[in-house]
Formats: sequence, structure tokens, C-alpha cells
Amino acid sequence: MAILSKEEAQAILKKVLSYSTSDECTVALRGAEAGNIRYARNAVSTAGESSVMDLFVNAVYGRRVGSASINEFDDESLKKVVQRAEELAKLAPENPEYMPVLGPQQYEESPAYVESTAAIDPLKRAEMVGNSLTVSKANQLEAAGFLNNSRGFRAMMNSKGLFAYNKSTDVSFSVTIRNREGTGSGYVSNSFNDVTKLDTGALSKIAADKAKQSAGARAIEPGKYTVILEPLAVSDMVSWISRGFDARSADEGRSYMSKKGGGTRLGEQLFDEKISILTDPTHPELPSATWDMDGVPVKKTTWVENGVVKNLEYSRYWAAQKGVEPLPFGAGGRGFGGGGGLIIPGGTASLEEMISTTERGILVTRFWYIRSVDPQTLLLTGLTRDGTFYIENGKIQFPVKNFRFNESPVIMLNNVEELGKTVRSGDILVPPMKIRDFTFTSLSDAI
Amino acid sequence: MKRKDFLYYSAMGMGSLLLPQSSLFARSIDPLEALQERIDVATKKELADIALNAAKSKGATYADVRIGRYLNQYVFTREKRVQGISNTESYGVGIRVIADGCWGFAASHLVNKDAIAKTAVLAVAVARANAKLQNEPVQLAPQEGYGEVSWKTPIEVNAFEVPVKEKVDLLLQVNDIALQNGANFVNSMIAAVNEQKYFASTEGSYIDQDVHRIYPNFTVTRIDRESGKFQTRNALSAPMGMGYEYLHARPEDRVAGIVTRYKERYDILGDVKEAAQQATEKIKAKSVEPGKYDVVLDPSHLWLTIHESVGHPTELDRVLGYEANYAGTSFLTLDKWKSGNFNFGNEKVNIVADKTQVGSLGAVGYDDEGVKCKQWDLIKEGILVNYQAIRDQVHILGGAESNGCCYSQGWDDVQFQRMPNVSLLPGKEKLSVEDMIKDVEKGIYIVGNGSFSIDQQRYNFQFGGQLFYEIKQGKIVGMLNDVAYQSNTQEFWNSCAAICDASDYRLGGSFNDGKGQPSQSSAVSHGSATTRFAGVNVINTARNI
Repeated sequence: MAILSKEEAQAILKKVLSYSTSDECTVALRGAEAGNIRYARNAVSTAGESSVMDLFVNAVYGRRVGSASINEFDDESLKKVVQRAEELAKLAPENPEYMPVLGPQQYEESPAYVESTAAIDPLKRAEMVGNSLTVSKANQLEAAGFLNNSRGFRAMMNSKGLFAYNKSTDVSFSVTIRNREGTGSGYVSNSFNDVTKLDTGALSKIAADKAKQSAGARAIEPGKYTVILEPLAVSDMVSWISRGFDARSADEGRSYMSKKGGGTRLGEQLFDEKISILTDPTHPELPSATWDMDGVPVKKTTWVENGVVKNLEYSRYWAAQKGVEPLPFGAGGRGFGGGGGLIIPGGTASLEEMISTTERGILVTRFWYIRSVDPQTLLLTGLTRDGTFYIENGKIQFPVKNFRFNESPVIMLNNVEELGKTVRSGDILVPPMKIRDFTFTSLSDAI
Repeated sequence: MKRKDFLYYSAMGMGSLLLPQSSLFARSIDPLEALQERIDVATKKELADIALNAAKSKGATYADVRIGRYLNQYVFTREKRVQGISNTESYGVGIRVIADGCWGFAASHLVNKDAIAKTAVLAVAVARANAKLQNEPVQLAPQEGYGEVSWKTPIEVNAFEVPVKEKVDLLLQVNDIALQNGANFVNSMIAAVNEQKYFASTEGSYIDQDVHRIYPNFTVTRIDRESGKFQTRNALSAPMGMGYEYLHARPEDRVAGIVTRYKERYDILGDVKEAAQQATEKIKAKSVEPGKYDVVLDPSHLWLTIHESVGHPTELDRVLGYEANYAGTSFLTLDKWKSGNFNFGNEKVNIVADKTQVGSLGAVGYDDEGVKCKQWDLIKEGILVNYQAIRDQVHILGGAESNGCCYSQGWDDVQFQRMPNVSLLPGKEKLSVEDMIKDVEKGIYIVGNGSFSIDQQRYNFQFGGQLFYEIKQGKIVGMLNDVAYQSNTQEFWNSCAAICDASDYRLGGSFNDGKGQPSQSSAVSHGSATTRFAGVNVINTARNI
């Protein structure tokens, strides 16, 4: 029941709309089936499955909006939910920022739903986790990990004839592998729409190698270093920059995209010229929905080109205020939809080649516990984790103790020495990066 | 109370999209519906017995059942506008069993005899399937059955009975005061939670609980267009295990000083006026000179440092490695506890775990596996003496009694070890904040929590704050900006120089503390009196982009 086809969703939404008597009405359906396995200390600790489907109704009289939701789908329930939304709308105050619903739109197709992922069953999950445990056990290491797969759909329809539908699949895997003495730790994680791209055994091997190689880390002085950030570490940092692209916050003077003296940094060279940033819901390696929660089409958009800010994100309301076209950042609405969707085109160098051309530097596997310190400059703090290594004369010399950093991704993307080959890392496509003058401020004993 | 009062403003549309959804099954409801009882206690007992009997008949050696109704209400405003109002209910049953020595769990949103019996059978099947991957059987600490008992948060005013309009009017008044006092922008909110949970187990407990929490908050923003700078100041409220009475300000709950702080009642209108003025002051404040300072930490700030550096590393599941892939592990390994002489802090430092303190977020009568709640020592005169452990863990510590700190965010999530209130005991000798500051030659007084970050084993941390005041030769000389302090947990707690007395003791807390995969949220308080730490490393966080 939880995954409806386009036709099935359309039929339910049409029926719900037929019960509506308000000036404007939007109805939306979403459903998902998901399953997971969690493991720790080389054994499964919990496992679960879920299946959900909800219907949302937004009824509008003038600028008064009422909403209600339900998870039962018999005719009586459907009538009741519409009625409740309408009752609530009549009692609501006017929303001064209400925008009338859109008429029919054209949406691109996106290959976000992959059959092989949709077909994952508990046995397949157990097999994938088994492949990870085999690696940790064979190496006398301890694994703690999480595997989660889902398939879902969402659909919306409104009283002006707009209809949108998409379905998607996801499989996400992460594992922390540590040595028994607790002196070394490695980690990998990734997500894909297509499960055939996920090899839990091969990823676990990387984590196991890092656990062994990171044992016996030495302390070196904190300070400014050239760093090579693996794609995971890059995504940990750059996913924060999406927040600044909201035009309203920038216009209001409260984001790093606001300009001294008023206005925004649109058109400014804000990053190194090697940096371009785009989103593209039809990208084969990172497909997502091609419409946002307002029904606005989401298209391939260049936000930064050769370091220059080319576009800001406009909600329908703010676009109307400013006399521009609405421009969503991604299917999730504001931001990249939770940080995902961002694409930074890279170069051709492999991680090994980037290391081989580094005189002195630090290789960072990932960051951890990143928090904003100052939203004005986007200064972030956090720590390295699960494999931090000292590089000298083009070679990894030894593991080093973890560092705390205080650095802004805006400054970081101005100090770019080299970009490697772009790969998928979670919900984003980024290259490994070589960055100069990255600021480490203290040491941590954590492993 | 009229229906119209409840419904007025109750439907701003997008409210639910702004919220962290606690349960996949939460649905929007009419605020009036929240006040109607779903089923009575006798029916709950009948349904619970069906679950327990079904599980036992399939061979479960232990079973517990939680019939839960979780109500949330959020009201969000910005400047002169209501951004969203959301009322949600999540209702269903979760059944946990031990079969073949292994845990199994299943949940259903259908609360009827047939569905409950089927769910119990499914939980047993899950346990049997997982048993094949289990290394050793679950060992449960013994637990007496309490029979039919109940507990309720001692509230004076049920927040769900207060009309939404009253909350909206209050928040819009908050926003007006902020704008009148120099703020350019202001966001404000009130969140209310009511957990109606019924627990029954094969040990013979039938526990009916009604738990309430409330959290008012705001952020005022001041912009300086010319310099391109902006500053914010958040509310100095605390999320509390209380009803709406928390917002009924009383003069005796105001703590006077350079910044007004609040005890058991919160004056949101008074606080926002100060906040708007302080946000303006922050724009012009001096940037801190980095170096070693004595830091004097107000309870509105110190709670978060306690939470991160004491609360999390004393969680036994982290110590054992069960959270290695998400929240992390802990530097407080079992050998340190076994030694009996591990100096977590100096002798001034006494830290207790607690699930009983009135007004705290952690206070309940019984935890989510039917253990009566209590208080216990974690750090005694600086020495690590215990952890946070539940029924299936306490045997690892050689104990025979759970600490009673098991919790699940909803009926559809399995319960596991969660942080109780973890609080620093006040100093035994009389000491006021003013007298504490008089002893400081070079220091910074920090009020309110800000940026926070700590490593996965809880050694190295960095904290910011809301307001920073420079102390020179025993006197506050002005406001500072760009302050963050970095330290190491053990070093920090060994640098504790003085703790104010019980008259300054106040609670702070987290309304949404995350742990587990899939992640679950819990609420927890941390009490302390203002405390001074000597020679802490302070960095300057200003940058140019």
C-alpha cells in the first residue's frame, strides 16, 4: 500500500479534491517503506521495518489556510480530512505571505527510483551486513554499523490542475571499525539510489585498513596546515554553505551572503575560481525529485561559476516581493533539501596523486561534531576523526592525533590548491580537495 | 473554554513542515482532540494483558508493552506574523520481548485486541530471528512488579488546555517588545509535549503515566548594515518538565545581576526586552583577546558543558561500544571506574544522575521498562563512581538493580538507555555570584549557551555562549565578543575553583537530545549553580570573509 503508482496516486488525489469546496485546495500524498539493521561489537543489535502513507490537505479561503492530515484512505476518512482542513481555514487569520497555488507545470523525469534497490528484502540486508562483519572479524577488528534502505513516493495535486509525482529509492550504509585495543578507528559511509553501486564488503575493507593504519597516532602541533580532505570530509564542510544562498536572509542582512552596506553578494567573486557549485535533480549519479513542495519545477542550476555567485534561492513569496522568478535550491525546498543535491565539479587527480604532490600536509578522512560558531563568517568548529595522517615528501608518514578545527568553508573554498575526481559522498557529489592554511586549533585524545 | 478559542490560529498550514517529526506516525490533530481521552486505564490493562499473554504463549520469557499517546504542540511566530502552528498526535502500541535469549520488538498504530496480539507474536518472531546473530543471551536485572500504579508531572496548568490564541498573542507581544527595543528581526516559539504512556510487563507492573514538558524560546537579531555585521541573542529560558505555569512570571524567580536570569518561572516579556538591548550592545562589544582566563559560568550556560562532558561519557552503552558508529564511545572506560580512584575532577566536583527532580525534563515516576526512578552518584568528590545503566546492562557493573533510565521517544521506537538529568551539586559553603566575581583577577562571565562541539570520546570540547562579560580585578568592566573556550574534560573539571551555594542552583536543559540509529530524541535537564573554572583557554572566533 505504501508505494502507489502515478495513476493510483492521481486517482486518490482527484477523489480528495472532488470533496473540496474551498477557494483553493492542495492535496499531497507521501508513502515510504523502509528497513534497517544496526550492529555493534560485531553482532546485530537492532533491526526494524516500517511502512507509512499519509495524505495532507491544504484548504484556502482568500488568504486563510487550514491544513489537516490522515493515514486512513476510505471515502469517509477522505471526506473528513478535507472537511477538517476547511473548518480550520475558516477560523485561521490571514497569512500575509500566502501565495495563490500554481497552475499545471512541466517537470523533467528523474531516474531516482531503481528497481534493484526497491527489491531489497530482509535477507538481502542481512547478506550486506554479513559482508561487512566478515571483514571486521577476519581482521580481528570490531564493527559497529547501520544499513538503511527505503523506497518511497510523493504526489501532489491542486485545484488549478497542477499534478506532480515522483518516486525514489535510497540505500545508506555506514560502518565504524575499531581495533580491539581501542587505539585505531576507521569509518566509511555512502548513499546511493542504486544498491548495485554499494559494496558493503569493499567499503568495510577501507574502514578496516584505516583502523589498522591509524593505530599509534602521534601528537603534532596544531596550527595552519595544508590538508587533503577526502570526499567525506569535503561534504562535511561544504554542505553548510547551502544555507547562505537563501535570498531573503541575504537581503535581510543576516547571512554570509549579505553585503557590507546592504544588498547581497550576487555577482561577487566569493570563492576560488576553481570552485563551481550546481544542483541538478536529473544527474544520473545524484537523481532527486524535479519539483519542490510548492510545485515549482526544480531544474539544473548553477549557483557558483568559477568562484562567482551566479544565483540565489528565491521562495515564491520572496521572488514576488523582488520581482524575480522563484528559484528553488532543490526538491526539499529551502537549502539543498537538507544539504543534499550539491555538486562541485572536480579535476582528474586521484587521492593518491594528490598525496604524491604534497610536500607537507594532513590527510583527513572525515570531520565530526561540526557546529556553527559564527553565522556571519560561517565559521565552523569540529574535529577530525577515524583516520588522520601526516604527509611529507609526497607520502603518508604516520597517523596523527585528531585535531579540533575552527575554519569557515567560505575561507576554505578560497584556499583551494587542487581538486580531485568528483564522486558521490552521501547526498552530494564532490571531489577530494587540497586546501592550504586550514586552521587546526587544538589536539584531541579521542580515537 | 470555547472551541473557537482553541481553533483560532490553529491552522497556519505549513507549521508541521517546520518541525522535527518525532514519529513517522504522528498526525496533525485539532487542538481540542488533544484533550479527549483515547481509552481508559481499565481498557489499557485489558489490551496490555492480551499482548503479554500472546508473547508468553509463543515462548517469550519476558515481555513488556507500551501503549502510548504522544501529543506535541508548536507555535512559531516571526515579527508580526504567525509562521506555523502544529498539533500532532502519535498513538499506538510497542511490544518488546525476550525469546531465545534475544530482544525482539514490534509496534502497531492499531490499538485493538487483534492487532496487539499479532504484534506480540511478530515481536517474538523478530527475537527468534535475531537470536541466531546474538553472541550471548540478554541478562535482565531483577525487577519487582508494582501492580497498578500511576504518576503525573506535578503541573499547575496543562499547556494543552491553554488556548492557542493566548500563546500566539503572547509571542506577538514578545516580538513587539523586541522590535520596540532595537531588534531588526525576532523569531519566537512555544513548544508543549504531553506523553500519555501506559506500561505493563510480565513482572506484574501496570504503570500509567502522564508526562508534561514545555519550552518557550526566541531569537532576536540586530543588524548593522554599515559594517555588514549581525548579532543574535536567544532566550534565557530553559525547557522544563512543567505545565504552562512556567510562563507565569513571579518576582521571586528573577535572579538580578548584569543579566537577569530565571528560576522556576520565566518572564519572557522581561527577557526579550533585555535581549533586544543586549543584541545591540553585542554589535559594538570589544573582540576578546585570546589567552587564559578564569571563566565564571552561569547555569544557563553550564548545563550544556555538563551535558556534553559528563552526561554523554557516563552512558554505559557508549562505554561498551554500542554507539560507536553514531554518537561515539567514551573516554570513561571500565578500567577507570574499576580503579576507584579516577580523578574525573577535583574534590569540589559532585555530580548526580537523577530522574526525580521536580520541574526537570527527566522526572518521571518509572522509566520505560518499569523501574521506579531515583537519584544516584556519578562523580563523588571528583572520583568516577558509577555510570548510567538499565536492566540489561547493570550486570556488567556487577549490579543487581537498574538505574531506571530507559526511554523511548515513542511507542514505535524501542526503548534503550538514555541520559537522566545529570547535575552538578552546589557548593556547601555560602557563596554568591557577586562574591565569586570579586575573587577573579582576569576572567570572563558567560551567560546562556551558544556554539558547542566535543569529540566522539568526550575529551576535547569548545563552547561559545550568548553573553560574555570581561572581569578585571574582581569587577565586570564590559561586554566581549567572539569568545569561545576550549578544554579537555578531565583538565576542565580539575580546574573547578569554586561553586556558588544552593541559592543560585538552577536548571537548564535540552529539549531534543539525539542518540541511536535510527535516531531518537529525548529531553534532559542539568542543574548547577554558577561555577568558576581557573585558567581556561579562550580563543577569538572573529574572521573576515
